[in-house]
Amino acid sequence: MPLTPVLTKRWDVPQSWSLSTYESLEGYQALRKALACEPKQLVQTMSSATLRGRGGGGFGTGMKWDFINDDGKAHYLVVNADEGEPGTCRDAPLMICDPHSLIEGIVIASYAVRCNHAFIYVRGELIHARRRLDNAVREAYAAGYLGKNILDSGFDLEITIHSGAGAYICGEETALLDSLEGYRGQPRLKPPFPAIAGLYQLPTVVNNVGTLASVPSIILAGPDWWTAMGTEKSPGTAIHSVSGRVKRPGQYEAPLGSTLREILEMAGGMRDGHELKFWTSGGASLPLLTAEHIDVPMDFNSPLGNIAGTGAMMIFDDSDCIVRAVKKWSEFYAHESCGKCTPCREGTYWYVQIYERLERGEATSRDIDLLLDISDSILGRAFCPLGDGATSPVTASIKYFRDEYVAHYERGGCPFGKAPAASSHVMAGAH
Amino acid sequence: MTQARVFDEKTAKEAKQIIARYPRPRSALLPMLHLVQSVEGFVSPGGIAFCAEQLDITPAQVGAVATFYTMYKRHPTGDHLVSVCTNTLCGLLGGDEIYAALAQKLGVGHDETTADGTITFEHAECLAACDYAPVVTVDYEFYDQQTVESAEQLIDELRAGSRPQPSRGAPLCTFKEVSRVLAGFTDDGSAVEGAGTGVPTLAGLRLARERGETAPAYDPATPVPPLPPKEEKK
Repeated sequence: MPLTPVLTKRWDVPQSWSLSTYESLEGYQALRKALACEPKQLVQTMSSATLRGRGGGGFGTGMKWDFINDDGKAHYLVVNADEGEPGTCRDAPLMICDPHSLIEGIVIASYAVRCNHAFIYVRGELIHARRRLDNAVREAYAAGYLGKNILDSGFDLEITIHSGAGAYICGEETALLDSLEGYRGQPRLKPPFPAIAGLYQLPTVVNNVGTLASVPSIILAGPDWWTAMGTEKSPGTAIHSVSGRVKRPGQYEAPLGSTLREILEMAGGMRDGHELKFWTSGGASLPLLTAEHIDVPMDFNSPLGNIAGTGAMMIFDDSDCIVRAVKKWSEFYAHESCGKCTPCREGTYWYVQIYERLERGEATSRDIDLLLDISDSILGRAFCPLGDGATSPVTASIKYFRDEYVAHYERGGCPFGKAPAASSHVMAGAH
Repeated sequence: MTQARVFDEKTAKEAKQIIARYPRPRSALLPMLHLVQSVEGFVSPGGIAFCAEQLDITPAQVGAVATFYTMYKRHPTGDHLVSVCTNTLCGLLGGDEIYAALAQKLGVGHDETTADGTITFEHAECLAACDYAPVVTVDYEFYDQQTVESAEQLIDELRAGSRPQPSRGAPLCTFKEVSRVLAGFTDDGSAVEGAGTGVPTLAGLRLARERGETAPAYDPATPVPPLPPKEEKK
């Protein structure tokens, strides 16, 4: 597969974040086209393009927009820019380099669902993205792309940007909505889904940054152009964020359905003298993969399930200890578990205790069974996907690398000679 | 109450500006907590009372929210907040060593502040910069591809009172100043300053240009497909 820069194509242009640059490169032309259409035409276009949510879930964008019933009640668009899944680093550069593509996508989406107030919930730590978004919104208001009677269409839209405060769970859409309402970010029971009862219990579309930034290009070029890239069920292009033990880590935009072999070639291959050992295709919460999966297409409907996810490809080699890696992910989930439901709160806590025991060389064969037993108690029984995600690296790593777990207790510690890390993990905090 | 003096009329006015951004006042709580941090450097009992008063909710309701989120600090912070990513990717690529070295150098652990009041130190979860691993942030600005040596030098410079330029982001300010940005007061020109990209951000785009690879060509005037004609109800 070739590289297909669409979302990234303006990133190397001087002052790519400014309105004048964006306008000189087809910026806001899609909005003019969209405002001349019936809103339903735009929903239909996203459905024909089979645009699927880039936040990881892959839900159909057209379908999500179509759920909104414009019965005159207030309703909202909320942008999920709370990028925090381990390995995920593509929304931050997009908001820093090309914030207007997101703003234009927001205006088009808001017009399509007839809402007059949109929110961007941006992860707190992404401070420069916040500055660039604020700047872009100010420019867009001044140019008449936001505010009252946008481009003389009679359509009004206000955008409020809202910084989070450090909680991974707020990437879950209902936790995000609670957080945006000024509460602790804990997930709500679904149904009702946000399309029925979202922000302030009013109908709400929640879309990811990359999803909305794809919208202007699809409006400009048409759904057939979009579906010419990628696979039948997962069409289009997506940014693949490659990190870890490769020669050239970075952002590589290529069609969905690309394989690790193809993306790895773009990233210069593995570092010299080392071999691929394990990797993620879409973040820590998706299935952990190994060298045997190097030719599996990364899309939302692969034989291995949804392995497109957030496009977060973390690549590890033969120098990396699987137990150390999964221990650190488990510490992450334990820290970020919101505490609302027992399987996740308790299960992730006990994961960490067992992994510490493994690293100290004090574990026994029963501990592997215990890890699997805990995983059984979390998977499918947690309130939201965070719990399921926490089990993913644990069960997959035991499946593929059981010998390495065994070595940890047979040899009385890490076979890679890594001393137990001075625990940086802190159980403090309410979540 | 001392809070009356700490949070002056300007802060109260800014709190009102924040509330005005939202359809319902309580949505303003998160940015208001960032705002009180910009004044005091942490969320104090006085800060909690201030937010409660502005929003007409109880201090307990504010406290429940403030203690949930990692970025709200419960003790006074130093001039700068130094965060080392120790999640899996950064951790295995050197973040763990950097964290250990800085903890030893500073003589403090997670969520603690040096005696001279310059640095509050913490480990952080994934900071969405994995392509630049291992990363350290100071007041949430990125210092990319760190080593133990470069991170120690960064600390030395901060303690000497200088403000080294981040790899990406605006010129370094202080934790209090950056908290104003989080509260949404960003009209200071800093958005246009500093580098937004580095080599990894542009790696794919540069390779595409080198190889002459692009997405398929298109006509920007391609019509948006019309809706199918409505079937008449019989």
